[in-house]
Amino acid sequence: MPAEINVHTPTDIKPSWPDAIYRQFQRVGIRQVGYVPDAGHSRLIQLCQADNAIADVVLTTEEEGVGLVAGAALGGQRTALLMQSSGVGNCINMFSLLRNCGFGCVVLVTMRGEFGEFNPWQVPMGAITEDVLRLSGFLTYRIDDPDTVDDLVGAGCDMAFDGNLQVVFLLSQRLIGRKQWVR
Amino acid sequence: MLDRRDFVRELLIGRGDLLVVSGLGSATYDVAAAGDHPLNFYLWGAMGGTAMIGLGLALARPQRRVAVLTGDGDMLMGIGSLATIGVKQPKNLAIVVLDNAHYGETGMQASHTKSGIDLVGVALACRFKQARAISRIQDAPDVRKLLHSGEGPLLISARIKEDDVPRVLPMRDGHAIKQRFIAALNSA
Repeated sequence: MPAEINVHTPTDIKPSWPDAIYRQFQRVGIRQVGYVPDAGHSRLIQLCQADNAIADVVLTTEEEGVGLVAGAALGGQRTALLMQSSGVGNCINMFSLLRNCGFGCVVLVTMRGEFGEFNPWQVPMGAITEDVLRLSGFLTYRIDDPDTVDDLVGAGCDMAFDGNLQVVFLLSQRLIGRKQWVR
Repeated sequence: MLDRRDFVRELLIGRGDLLVVSGLGSATYDVAAAGDHPLNFYLWGAMGGTAMIGLGLALARPQRRVAVLTGDGDMLMGIGSLATIGVKQPKNLAIVVLDNAHYGETGMQASHTKSGIDLVGVALACRFKQARAISRIQDAPDVRKLLHSGEGPLLISARIKEDDVPRVLPMRDGHAIKQRFIAALNSA
């Protein structure tokens, strides 16, 4: 694990929770991480990029990540996907691949369009993100409290990869902090 | 123009431990027609995702060769994945687009390649190590060599005839296809 990483972090974001997720990635042996760049995930992305044991794959659209999960699993590797709630909508048909074949998968979704959202254009997708994921076959776990990240993500990773289940964590805007619009 | 069945059969002669991912529709039928094999991962859906499955597999198994065989419609739907593959530069990944410039599964409507949209040009712009179009069966042995030893990422656009050929339907239980593939990969 890198000693020091310089990340732009808005003042109300607690930096500890991405580290907790990363430690769980290490524990369960995540070897590929697919992501579309995202402010809420920036620290976790940098931790993964700095880890030589993890192939970080930057995607043009989130649904590419679903294919990545399947291909990696065929080759014996575990994959996590990082995306924003808006990206969930881009994946819906591709999620059927995970159900059809039983590919274990962990998705971490940073929520927009809820508590404290400045941009109303984020609200329609953010408001249906959890329902969409449930309908797509995911077990959904919402995380508001940074102190529960380690426990929940750890348990969820085990369920996903030991049972070939699709597990998603919704990282709420209370957890990740509001986007800073004035700078 | 190539006969799709003859071409795919030629490509997969002596395939050895080549890992094959086939895109939904005709590409899956072509790969099945060339001979069922446990190291075939047949897609029956997930349109647009075939190349990315190839990338995930190629990254997971850098010592093995991965061949994605798919149609122009699937490749166009996942066109951004060419950029994603270009970023990762997997040396062991080859994509063969069986390009008839039409959507065969839905009634032969014209695809973008029919209007000259050039997947070879897109692949080269996405930093593929090699990309070219072929249309003669005599080129098949060269392409076969590329699948086994060419430095990837590489893309071949194979111009195939529009003929509607009989469907050859492989297994379609996704769990079974996956488990068979993984078992074969781990035993080889």
